[in-house]
Amino acid sequence: MSFTSRIGLRSHVFGDLRELLAKASPERSGDRLAGIAAADREERAAAKLALADLPLRVLLERPPIPYETDEVSRLICDTHDDDAFAPVRHMTVGELRDWLLSDHADGETLRRLAPGLTPEMAAAASKLMRNQDLILAARKCRVVTRFRNTLGLQGRLAVRLQPNHPTDDPKGIAASILDGLLYGAGDAVIGVNPATDEPARLLTLWRLLDELIARFDIPTQSCVLTHVTRQIEAMERGAPVDLVFQSIGGTEALNRSFGIDLALLGEARQAALALGRGSLGDNVMYFETGQGSALSANAHHGVDQQTLEARAYAVARAYSPLLVNTVVGFIGPEYLYDGKQITRAALEDHFCGKLLGLPMGVDVCYTNHAEADQDDMDNLLLLLGAAGVNYIMGVPGADDIMLNYQSTSFHDALYLRRALTLRHAPEFEDWLRRMGIVDQAGQLREAGAAVPALTAFAEAVA
Amino acid sequence: MTDPTAPAAAVGVSVDSWGALRRHTAARIALGRSGASLPTRAALEFELAHAQARDAVLTPLDAGALCAALEADGWTTLRVHSRAPDRAAYLARPDWGRRLDADSATALVAPADPPDLVLVLSDGLSAVALQRHAPPLLRALRPLLPAGLRLGPLVVATQARVALADEVAERLGARVAVSVIGERPGLSSPDSLGLYLTYEPRVGRHDAERNCISNIRPQGLACEAAAQQLAALLQAALNLRCSGVALRFDPAQALPGPSL
Repeated sequence: MSFTSRIGLRSHVFGDLRELLAKASPERSGDRLAGIAAADREERAAAKLALADLPLRVLLERPPIPYETDEVSRLICDTHDDDAFAPVRHMTVGELRDWLLSDHADGETLRRLAPGLTPEMAAAASKLMRNQDLILAARKCRVVTRFRNTLGLQGRLAVRLQPNHPTDDPKGIAASILDGLLYGAGDAVIGVNPATDEPARLLTLWRLLDELIARFDIPTQSCVLTHVTRQIEAMERGAPVDLVFQSIGGTEALNRSFGIDLALLGEARQAALALGRGSLGDNVMYFETGQGSALSANAHHGVDQQTLEARAYAVARAYSPLLVNTVVGFIGPEYLYDGKQITRAALEDHFCGKLLGLPMGVDVCYTNHAEADQDDMDNLLLLLGAAGVNYIMGVPGADDIMLNYQSTSFHDALYLRRALTLRHAPEFEDWLRRMGIVDQAGQLREAGAAVPALTAFAEAVA
Repeated sequence: MTDPTAPAAAVGVSVDSWGALRRHTAARIALGRSGASLPTRAALEFELAHAQARDAVLTPLDAGALCAALEADGWTTLRVHSRAPDRAAYLARPDWGRRLDADSATALVAPADPPDLVLVLSDGLSAVALQRHAPPLLRALRPLLPAGLRLGPLVVATQARVALADEVAERLGARVAVSVIGERPGLSSPDSLGLYLTYEPRVGRHDAERNCISNIRPQGLACEAAAQQLAALLQAALNLRCSGVALRFDPAQALPGPSL
């Protein structure tokens, strides 16, 4: 099936759906590296025009990666809810964009629609949208999840406290956690990326986080972001695991390169549910994704990186996660070259995830070889805040000394809260107030009464 | 980083009372705040660290000066260039940085008695690292090389990725390639050098077929220690005729081995 767009005397022909989607994608280095990007601006614009006329049902009937060869394609097809799809079944991609932006599509309508949309439909619509469209459409989608607190409510912003240390030193990690809590961060999760995957050292981290949360009765959850098999083993040995983490992608081959498949994720979720550690809800999974990962693992099947990223969200939604975030600037300039490309990708990912019904956060970040700086991150933070992002990362001083990249700081979260009047997760805000860390309005106080007790805890960590 | 409690006297800055915890981590904790924002000092220190890292990525290698320094130490050098024409292309196209350009490829011809080892000195993501640390590293390495080892010329490569050494060594007929390459700069490490050893290098080798020694810089792994580790790794690769995952070798545990 080929697609044609006539621009003046010139005819642009796109051989198949994959080519059409790739060439309609806004400029990014990863699609160029893969050799699938539009050759010039006119070809890209022509691809968008052709894509706008494509009936949505074609995207459902012809997955860009065949059903027979890819379990993610099978998941997408087999779990598609035809009744939920009914309101938009007759639409083209361009009509879907118009409808999403119209006043007919309110939050409740979009919530009911989500199971009827496939990731390819969300990705296709996003390619026809400007940044402001991505912000306004995503803003309508509220996705609320619960474990020990409530995340994703209107007017709220949560922060993952990310207290990494290059040698997993418990005292060093505790020091960063204390710093974050005293800056009002940690409601999304206190989540450590360990430097090692040695079981005994991982167990030390799970116990440290569990003791801290129990001792101070913090309405939040913990996570040690190691491979899912390590987490299943740890749960079998009685480790206090709150959330199960895994990096996921939009193709079976990419997931294999991560050492996982859909069955393994299901097994991990069942194990975490069986522990029954959530007091308010049973969203026990935490996933991370990012454009470009499939290409870097040579598992992309010639599909553009943004469409593949949306397919990762179809994987995520099968497991009712508490948190999903795109680590948008981590992968490097060969996939997202500069601040402009990182910004665009973050807004696309947030929109596609929300539209598909996911509690989207974004790791607003960059590496030192990308053409980006703190000003780019400040701008992107504000855009995502306006779009209603569920959570962002909190790293001391924005400098992750273990993963060697720049993410957002505790101060950055304060900036976003002030600029857009965004509050903490409600249960966490109550806790911060009880601890004397914030005042009645949710603003940081001069000297928190909690400092001596928390400092003593950090100093006592063995 | 200077003491972030220093600007305590500044008007409007809240000082964090848990600064003592900084002795447990290099993370940027207890920075204080001006309202919701970073105090001036902390903001500018971050900017400086990022500026140094960016400069390290963007500053070109002075290959002439490096070759002159190496030749003054008695080494023979040879210059090659990858298919990436400039830094922007290098950053966007890792595939280009892994292959020699046409002129370089033609210039490399295997000698009648091919070398055992070729060292490829590559700018990578920090030319500063190579410029500063390659000469002392090689001075420390020379006395540790196995007796009788045939060493090829030092190949100085620009706009080069790790895998470029595969093509260089394959063309020179070498048994082992070592890529000495500038690593991606961190905020506090703009000049870190890495070593990647590959046995029977050829175009298309995977990263799992290499062994790596990283973080070579004055504040990390010293040149002398890195040279000892590399000599031991080289001996192991030559003895066992493999590298990478198959070698199961931890250079940090190794002592210099016996002669070839």
